[in-house]
Amino acid sequence: MTLYLRYVSMHFKSQMQYKVSFFFTAIGQFLVAFATYLSVRFLFDRFDSVGGFSYEEVLLCFAVIISAFSLGELYGRGFDRFPLLLGNGGFDRALVRPRNLVFQVMASQLEFSRIGRVVQAILIFIYVIPRSGIDWTWDKVLTLLLMVVCGSLLFFGLFVVYAAFAFFTVEGLEFMNILTDGAREHGRLPFSVYGEGVLKFLTFVVPIALVQYYPLLYIIGREESLFFALTPVLSLVFLLPCYAFFRFGLRQYKSTGS
Amino acid sequence: MRPFFALFRIRFANSLQYRVAAIAGLATQFAWGFMYILAFRAFYAENPAAFPMTMEQTISYIWLQQAFVALFFIWFWESSIIESVESGSIAYEMVRPIDLYGKWVVTAAATRISRCILRATPILAIALILPVQFRLSADMGPAAAGLFLVSVTLSLGVVLAFSMLVYMSAFYTINSMGVRIMVAVGADFLAGGYIPIPFFPEILRRIVEHSPFGAMQNMPLLIFSGYLRGADLARGMSLQIFWLVALVLMGRAIMTRALRRVVTQGG
Repeated sequence: MTLYLRYVSMHFKSQMQYKVSFFFTAIGQFLVAFATYLSVRFLFDRFDSVGGFSYEEVLLCFAVIISAFSLGELYGRGFDRFPLLLGNGGFDRALVRPRNLVFQVMASQLEFSRIGRVVQAILIFIYVIPRSGIDWTWDKVLTLLLMVVCGSLLFFGLFVVYAAFAFFTVEGLEFMNILTDGAREHGRLPFSVYGEGVLKFLTFVVPIALVQYYPLLYIIGREESLFFALTPVLSLVFLLPCYAFFRFGLRQYKSTGS
Repeated sequence: MRPFFALFRIRFANSLQYRVAAIAGLATQFAWGFMYILAFRAFYAENPAAFPMTMEQTISYIWLQQAFVALFFIWFWESSIIESVESGSIAYEMVRPIDLYGKWVVTAAATRISRCILRATPILAIALILPVQFRLSADMGPAAAGLFLVSVTLSLGVVLAFSMLVYMSAFYTINSMGVRIMVAVGADFLAGGYIPIPFFPEILRRIVEHSPFGAMQNMPLLIFSGYLRGADLARGMSLQIFWLVALVLMGRAIMTRALRRVVTQGG
């Protein structure tokens, strides 16, 4: 852990060397999320609700998903950039070091400019939490935190899967975007809005709905059972196959030799 | 003109090499298309009267947007151009007896068109035979089809001319990544890349329709879906021509000035 913190401070310092560049990239990230927010805003100028959810409830959902994604990307960036690490032989160096591989890949990159999106999420939380008409008892606050934390771990798991694919192919990894970027963009609406099929897929195959739709039902008081509050924890089971897949890919790995 | 054709052929053939990436991209485009349609359908179910377009028009808009994503999104910029400015290899370009603005446009156009062809053809072909609630409807006469093609060309021109301004920002700031992201996101949003322009609030819609952003993907996509007709269509296409000319003149002027004062670091 101490070692990881040292890596964190190292990356932080090195990215702070280019303050203007960092600042602009963070603003860029903010704007990317802001454009998505505006499209929700514009749609709700015309419509009062969608699939039975009000504007405030949708915003809550949106803020959870972008903060989860951005945090996951902040510390999972090493896996997002993994094909590069394989290509330039950096991974071979990691293999000979006596440390956990996942740790090393994680520590190889940290992307602090993703803070821009987190800021956007925080602003939305500040706007929506008092207006949502939700009685914020401690269990609901905790559920919200679980959504963000488990959500970011879930996205981290998806980045690991993405990285594992790079063991087999260097090209055509774009389809993983459907799950990562796709979940971020389309997760602005509760997944039930997209219909039964999508919801089932995102519950049982790639359990992103477990950190978004189900706990949201608990927070807005539509479900009373604590089970719904704890679904984000359940989603963490997904990390096991992600890790297994990465190990599987690792066994196939042959260095490029450079 | 000959060197431009040759350049176009080289870039075109080069981009066609990435076929696996294009197929993987197809899956992405389909998933995104379906998700957008499902979301709009949910809004439509809420209150059909508040929907500015018909559902069929919206579906056509979404599929065409997915098919032409590489052609119209500012986001798909030509990184080799920016690299040439940032690395200083632009110095080689400047001693060549070829108009640099033209060269950049041709390079960017070739990449966009080849990427688009690889994606658009299968997407459109499949979208035409999907189950009816997702199907792309393409019932337009030869006149509308002709106007659509002209408008596609004009849009591509406006997008390219606008991108040139973005590329040229690399002359003035060394690390312009953040600026480029900002401009690209803003432009793509205003061009109707996130939600179609008819869904914008009334005042903003009016403003955007007269801006260069309204002359981008908005026009051909709305013509194809049958939303734009008659006088609106004629006005929109004149604006496309106006913005194309204006942006090219502006770009050329800036380029001449930038090249006069450009300093390449040796080495």
